[in-house]
Amino acid sequence: MLAYVLRRLFGAIPTLFVIITLSFFLMRIAPGGPFDRERALEAKVLENLNRVFHLDRPLWEQYLYYLGNLARGDLGPSFIYRDFSVQQLLGSGLPISIQLGASALLLALLIGSVLGTIAALRQNSWIDYGVTAVATFGITVPNFVVAPLLSLIFGVWLSLLPAGGWGNGGPANMLLPVITLALPQVAIIARLIRGSMIEALRSDHVRTARAYGLPARMVVIVHAMRAACLPVVSYLGPAAAALLTGSVVVETIFGLPGIGRYFVQGALNRDYTLVMGTVIIIAVFVVVFNLIVDLLYAALDPRVRYD
Amino acid sequence: MSAERIFDIRNLHVTFDTPDGRINAVRGVDMHVNAGETVAVVGESGSGKSQVMMAAMGLLASNGRAEGAVSYRGQELIGLPKNRLNRIRGAKITMIFQEPMTSLDPLYTIERQISEPIMVHGGLSPSAARRKALELLKLVHIPDPERRLKSYPHELSGGQRQRVMIAMALANDPDLLIADEPTTALDVTIQAEILRLLAELQKKLGMAILFITHDLGIVEAFADRVYVMQSGEVVEEGTTRQIFTRPAKDYTKMLLAAEPEGSKPPVQDDSPVLLDAKGVSVTFTAGGGFLSRSAFELKAVQDVTLSLRAGQTIGIVGESGSGKSTLGRAILQLLPSDGRVVYQSVPIQGLDRAGMRPYRKNLQMVFQDPYGSLSPRMTVGEIVTEGLLVHEPQLSARERDEAAIKALKEVGLDPIARNRFPHEFSGGQRQRIAIARAVILKPTVIVLDEPTSALDRSIQKQIINLLRQIQKSYGLSYIFISHDLAVVRALADYTIVMRTGRVVEEGPTEEVFRTPKSDYTRALMQAAFNLKEVLSRQAVAPA
Repeated sequence: MLAYVLRRLFGAIPTLFVIITLSFFLMRIAPGGPFDRERALEAKVLENLNRVFHLDRPLWEQYLYYLGNLARGDLGPSFIYRDFSVQQLLGSGLPISIQLGASALLLALLIGSVLGTIAALRQNSWIDYGVTAVATFGITVPNFVVAPLLSLIFGVWLSLLPAGGWGNGGPANMLLPVITLALPQVAIIARLIRGSMIEALRSDHVRTARAYGLPARMVVIVHAMRAACLPVVSYLGPAAAALLTGSVVVETIFGLPGIGRYFVQGALNRDYTLVMGTVIIIAVFVVVFNLIVDLLYAALDPRVRYD
Repeated sequence: MSAERIFDIRNLHVTFDTPDGRINAVRGVDMHVNAGETVAVVGESGSGKSQVMMAAMGLLASNGRAEGAVSYRGQELIGLPKNRLNRIRGAKITMIFQEPMTSLDPLYTIERQISEPIMVHGGLSPSAARRKALELLKLVHIPDPERRLKSYPHELSGGQRQRVMIAMALANDPDLLIADEPTTALDVTIQAEILRLLAELQKKLGMAILFITHDLGIVEAFADRVYVMQSGEVVEEGTTRQIFTRPAKDYTKMLLAAEPEGSKPPVQDDSPVLLDAKGVSVTFTAGGGFLSRSAFELKAVQDVTLSLRAGQTIGIVGESGSGKSTLGRAILQLLPSDGRVVYQSVPIQGLDRAGMRPYRKNLQMVFQDPYGSLSPRMTVGEIVTEGLLVHEPQLSARERDEAAIKALKEVGLDPIARNRFPHEFSGGQRQRIAIARAVILKPTVIVLDEPTSALDRSIQKQIINLLRQIQKSYGLSYIFISHDLAVVRALADYTIVMRTGRVVEEGPTEEVFRTPKSDYTRALMQAAFNLKEVLSRQAVAPA
């Protein structure tokens, strides 16, 4: 088991290397640079800046220099937030993004699986149609609509919750962003659970459980639910990686200092090192969560267990 | 034996609401089972025989509805609240099902699955339930029961899984065991073992058995009384002896007469050899990715030699995993294989797709599954004429259509069928379409891979007659692959018996069936044709 985990993690190193290389050169292909302003900087200033940040060297040299730093765990300085290193920026933003993302994910799992299960057990009833309608709504309405609406209703009109800001990460500040993040996930998870639950309830082994007089609760929870969880577990890998690494829309609208903003802002500002930093974080999360999903899957389903 | 009526079905109706309207699956069925007796319900697919039991046990699909009366020892079951029904099902009335592969939950150990009903009904502690489960596994002769408790269903063979189901069924000393086609998915020798086990356990424990099957051989060997069902109704009932010696209804007579019959005379010795295969072997490798070193090799076919003469039918018989289908595919070069295959003095061994193309016209194949082997998105006309597009591209659309009409007529279908889609046809009709698709190319050899296995006996008989007739009018040669000895005996003039990739025995069909030389062939024949004698012998643990 441990050997498997280590093998998987080492196996991810080439993947990460390819991602880093591609991102590095793609970034540089994009026209413009980090110090281009509407009013051009003085030639001397620009030259100095370029020299400080090694931008005057040939591209391959910069690449090797970046890899060298990376190997020592140094993500370099930010080109735009000039008093901070990329580590400092990510270090302060990542915990906030993770806190928001994890809360949203837990909430979505809880509500989504309950709704999905109820819909499956009452298939083709008004409850089922209701859940399906809510789910469709949750998937189709984009978060840049949900976020301002929530902020407007609960923050401005009703003044129940802060309309934005992080404060010190109190529950009141987190509630609206977490709901915004969770809503589409609730919808997706409810739909997944509903579908797989209906299939599981029709399966032969659930028929066996019923034929053997097991109580309905036991049939559903022990025999149908476990099988129905499997597709959700597969979905959770990419979903968790995406949620925990922050959302630019939610962070911008609620004014939260997560790392989701850095990715977009960094790309627009040609803040090369910051973009690279966020890309690496996201890639690592994807790798780690896919591994967790595979382990979880094996724990749930003996047919795919490793020796 | 007491004649107490323990299970009584009166005027049972089952209906299903579907988007296409209401389907009456069961229409006014009366049936009963006395304590300790063995009752068989016989019928072809769609006769509603399974749905009767599903309705009685409250297991109908959510769109199904049962009306009528089903009582167990005076207790009415239809409409009984689930929690009270649950005290009877799994305890007093238990079931085993057709699909041993899927009837057990793949996610839990055998121990847990046998223990659950024991704990629920008997109120035993987990450790007591475990001891009981172990006892039950010994009772059903599972080898190495201690270890098997910890196994998951996918680690067991089909026969072993069915034994586990039987163990579950016996856990709470049932009065009645309902067995719904429990051996249909199993090989004949395994089937015989399972039936023998059931007979032995019945003698020992004295429960009644209600046996649902389409297989009259089993009924004759196994049951005291028989109900014959057709399209949702019981058409005839009586003791097994009555039904088999003096059937009253035409449908029953038709079922009894549907056993494959006839035989094929051998071809002349000077008949030319069409297809000659020498030393054919197929090896599958599994695993062995670049991270893991150990590759696993499976020798599916080992060193098989056969030669097919013009007008001959070679039957290849074997149980699942014997390599018979793989051999068929290897001969047609549909799989990479070793050996030497010669078709009409042209070596075709190892030819690639393009190289084989000119010969494909002459070497056709018909598959087992008439549902999976026809594209659902093409009309029957398109399916049947698709081969002509490749092999006779000079034909005009009109000529192709004429060929389709002729081929469909030949296989006994109305030519109007060519404008319809496969899903509009029954299993037997689809198999006719598959045969038309092969015949339209005027091949010389057709490899038939279990073409009758998915069909009811009465339909099987029609397909067998059709194959005979086509063989006669075109002088075709067949390689007929089947696990069904009765069908092979009726169609083939030469028989090869395979087991685990090797030829166990071969010879003219008459000889192989009358005087089998190897123990394995003898066991196969016994299980297929002399079930009664097999059942009368003491049950033993499988090797």
